Amino acid sequence: MMLGWLFPRQSQRRLLPGGRMRGPTAYVIAIMTFAMIVMTAAGLALANAASMVSAGIAHRYTVQLPGGGSDPAQALDMLRRTPAISNVELVPEQEMRRTLERWLGPAGAGADLPVPTLIHLDLAEGADADVVASAVERRIAGARFIAHSDNLRPLLRAMTALQWIALALVALMAAATAATVVLAARGALDTHRSTIEIMHGIGATDLQVTHLFQRKIALDAIIGAGVGTAVAGLVLLLLGGGAAVAGELAGRAPLGPRDAVILALLPVVIAVLATWVARVAVLAALRRSL
Amino acid sequence: MRQARRGHREGHPLSAIVEFESVGLRYGAGSEVLRDLDFRLGKGGFYFLTGPSGAGKTSLLRLLYLTQRPTRGRIRLFGEELSDAPREKLPHFRRRIGVVFQDFRLIRHLSAFDNVALPLRISGRSDAEVDGPVREMLAWVGLADRASARPATLSGGEQQRVAIARAVISQPELLVADEPTGNVDAEMAQRLLHLFAALNRLGTTILVATHDLSLIAATPGAQMIRLENGGLVDPTGSLRHPPLPAGGEERT
Repeated sequence: MMLGWLFPRQSQRRLLPGGRMRGPTAYVIAIMTFAMIVMTAAGLALANAASMVSAGIAHRYTVQLPGGGSDPAQALDMLRRTPAISNVELVPEQEMRRTLERWLGPAGAGADLPVPTLIHLDLAEGADADVVASAVERRIAGARFIAHSDNLRPLLRAMTALQWIALALVALMAAATAATVVLAARGALDTHRSTIEIMHGIGATDLQVTHLFQRKIALDAIIGAGVGTAVAGLVLLLLGGGAAVAGELAGRAPLGPRDAVILALLPVVIAVLATWVARVAVLAALRRSL
Repeated sequence: MRQARRGHREGHPLSAIVEFESVGLRYGAGSEVLRDLDFRLGKGGFYFLTGPSGAGKTSLLRLLYLTQRPTRGRIRLFGEELSDAPREKLPHFRRRIGVVFQDFRLIRHLSAFDNVALPLRISGRSDAEVDGPVREMLAWVGLADRASARPATLSGGEQQRVAIARAVISQPELLVADEPTGNVDAEMAQRLLHLFAALNRLGTTILVATHDLSLIAATPGAQMIRLENGGLVDPTGSLRHPPLPAGGEERT
């Protein structure tokens, strides 16, 4: 049986003394699991938010008319008659002056400060933005065709960078967990060196010896990953708030069902990784002896 | 096995279970602790290994129970060349060898029962198959009532008997014992010798490293290997039945 080593006979369990959670391994794995789940959740939430922002502005553009130049009504009419444009909306001048006032103070609201005319529009599905842009700029003198995604590109770039940083941190934590397991395995081998020598002398194979240590570390990893997951789940629930979790899962939630599956798989991956690393480390150490 | 032992007693040559050919051993960059060892042990024979302290007896035993490789030369065990055999092959051969270590090497956290049962469990026997033979063996070495005792609570002699019981429980083809009577009284030494003789009659080849010449005197038909300064010495005078050099025939 592939997992037979995890459920040995009582007599085999006695070969390595000491109960679970005796050493620091389980605690370190619990902390690492907690940190990895929270970090992964943050990365996924960031990815989802970026994706939502990106989708929201993908078809959104603004036509800017220079102050005192083209007639806004004519421009609006032309834009509304363009088949590739699905929605056109003039930004009221008062709204723009209010915005300027926030930045420039009362001078921003003065009528002597020229403000451009802005018309927001949405392109129809499948429309070619370049074609529409050149048509607009050709037919409306001095008009500028601005994609919203251009304005938000630095923000999206920063969000993408944060996602990669989150992923790198999770990978680093996984590496640190693996290193901890290697140290724990070596420590256990040193502690039980005489038992190993006796077993080898009597004819135990490397695999028989390895299974003892592999099981011990696997149990620590399973318990540690379980505890870390429980605490991380609690923290995420508290951070997300009941409404975010219960009400927004349908579409706008920072974490969706696919993300929940990824987070649920993470402790399993950590436990498997720890067990595999322990096996490789012990086998490598045993091979150095005769 | 029985055939081999009968052959030995009737004066026929025994097939070799151990063959050393120009074997040398050095640790690290030091000088050789064993040099030019050429001998063979016949299957079913009873041998004593003697020599002064530091002569290389323990090193020779380590080569025999496969926890050390020779620096040079060839070692054949059970008809197989094992000097540079891949380590994956060694457990199979180690299971055919019983070892009594001078320092007992019992697992401290296991009971006497579990220590004796270890070779059987390693070879894959179930707990049900292990129980009877282990209790029988513990009774034989006079420790039936100490089955659940940990080594730390046993006297030196009791620990030695547990170590011997562990070495012989799986009826090995070759039994290697390093000073097995060093910590027991004369009566127990005689009992252990009888146990070895009984195993020997069943076909087990016995090699006992000892300083105790009375053991040798009490074992008719046994042969002796004497080591001095890492080499076999001329057995003249001290050996009644010297082993043959490699490739030679057993003398009767």
